[in-house]
Amino acid sequence: MSGLFAALSSAVAWLASVIDPLCGPIGIFRLFGSGTLLACDNAGWGDEISYGFMITATLAIATLPVGLVLGFFIALAKQSEERSLRLASNIYTTIFRGLPELLTLFIVYYGLQILVQQFLASLGYEGPVEINAFVAGMIALGVVFSAYCSEVLLSAFKAIPRGQYEAGDALGLHRGKTMRLIILPQLVRIALPGLGNLWMALLKDTALVSVIGLPDILRQTGVAARVSKQAFEFFAVACLLFLILAMLSSIVFSALERWTKRSEAGR
Amino acid sequence: MSHAETMIPPQPAPPGIARPFTAQRLLGNIALGVWLAASVGLFLLMVDGWDPEKFAKYGPSFISGLGVTLGLVGASITLGALLSLPIAFARMSKNKILGWAAYAYVYFFRGTPLIAQLFLVYYGLGSFRPQMEAIGLWWFFRDAWNCALLTFTLNTAAYQAEILRGAIQSVPRGQTEAAAALGLPPRISFFKVILPQALIVALRPYGNEIILMIKGSAIVAIVTVFDLMGETRRAFSRTFDYQMYVWAAILYLIMVEILRNLWAWLEDRITRHLKR
Repeated sequence: MSGLFAALSSAVAWLASVIDPLCGPIGIFRLFGSGTLLACDNAGWGDEISYGFMITATLAIATLPVGLVLGFFIALAKQSEERSLRLASNIYTTIFRGLPELLTLFIVYYGLQILVQQFLASLGYEGPVEINAFVAGMIALGVVFSAYCSEVLLSAFKAIPRGQYEAGDALGLHRGKTMRLIILPQLVRIALPGLGNLWMALLKDTALVSVIGLPDILRQTGVAARVSKQAFEFFAVACLLFLILAMLSSIVFSALERWTKRSEAGR
Repeated sequence: MSHAETMIPPQPAPPGIARPFTAQRLLGNIALGVWLAASVGLFLLMVDGWDPEKFAKYGPSFISGLGVTLGLVGASITLGALLSLPIAFARMSKNKILGWAAYAYVYFFRGTPLIAQLFLVYYGLGSFRPQMEAIGLWWFFRDAWNCALLTFTLNTAAYQAEILRGAIQSVPRGQTEAAAALGLPPRISFFKVILPQALIVALRPYGNEIILMIKGSAIVAIVTVFDLMGETRRAFSRTFDYQMYVWAAILYLIMVEILRNLWAWLEDRITRHLKR
């Protein structure tokens, strides 16, 4: 079993090295950066920055489903008829939309550390505990994303007429099926522009995890800047990489938007 | 001919509609219970770790940090509003070069993280020290607070320019045409007819932008500006007391909530004439 996992992870690593847009066989740094500070060997910083690029992209992509699912259920809770459920979910969004993302990150990072340490101490384990920065970043960003996402989805829910639910009832579909077949496709179509904005915000917020030590784009370029004393160039590269990520996602989102609107009547 | 001989005896009130104990209600009560437990837990933690000495030592620095945060946000929002005017007009102008330049500016500042921009200005421009000293600008870029102010101003100007542009373009064309038909010169028709209507549309996004700036300003703590977050980090690194973060969270929440309610009131107030 462990052999299988090892084979799988090495296959994934090989695939990632092949499709690596910066330092892969046809990567930008590999083609144009050789001999400069951005070369992909031990002399340049290309491979480190490329690793950071992967970390940033992975963190954002790993956070997205967590935030979306959590946000969906919170949006459902917000439009529930039950008062306590509405109140509880409103407290959630008020807190996590009001706190700075950096503070949320610190609270999750240090708070989890303290909690786990106390839990382990009660079990009799006394030793230093370190929370994985990636997991802490994923939790903090996912929570913030879900708070904003619930608001976007809530307004999208409100834009869907009651008749759609009633039509589902009239067809004899049970509630889960009504949601899946009738409501969700329309919900995605209405909420997609808002979700696109949230995704961009998420992408930019991932830069904050460099503060708790995750080697993302900003941390790697920061290290390179400190060592090579060429801070402006390296931070400009960091900004450019984020811009590239933003451009790629806007292309993906406009394709998605076209795809969700394929069944709408042309005007 | 018949009539009632006796009055109907008093009846008890009909029973209220029974609220069944549904799964939703159970879930809601559990969620509220979790919040209650969390707040009680935090309260107990703070009572347990309450230390008048620490409060006397770090309380004033928290207040000064709050002042730094508010000052920084206030200054950058104001300067950004001034800077956003030419950018918004360049973005709307018919001149292609001007329009593209403004678009590139806005795209850069909205597409990259604020923290990367801050590093670019603080560390990046800081590495050009000899050149800066030569042209006499080093005094400005030496101070982290100035760098933060510059970055935030440039950043918020990009966002505010987009808000302003969207709001101005949301005013129907007929309004401009009506003003022209009344013989108003373009300048007056812009300031007296278009802008007041645009600002109503822009009010809510402006509020969101200020809230985003308050939250975003926390990152200046990383470049050694002692704002609220910076003071919190300093206090935490000296005491290892988790309460410090809780206090900072409460202060940030209070700031944001006050602003949010103020904005709701303001919006209610200036859209009185639109309500039926």
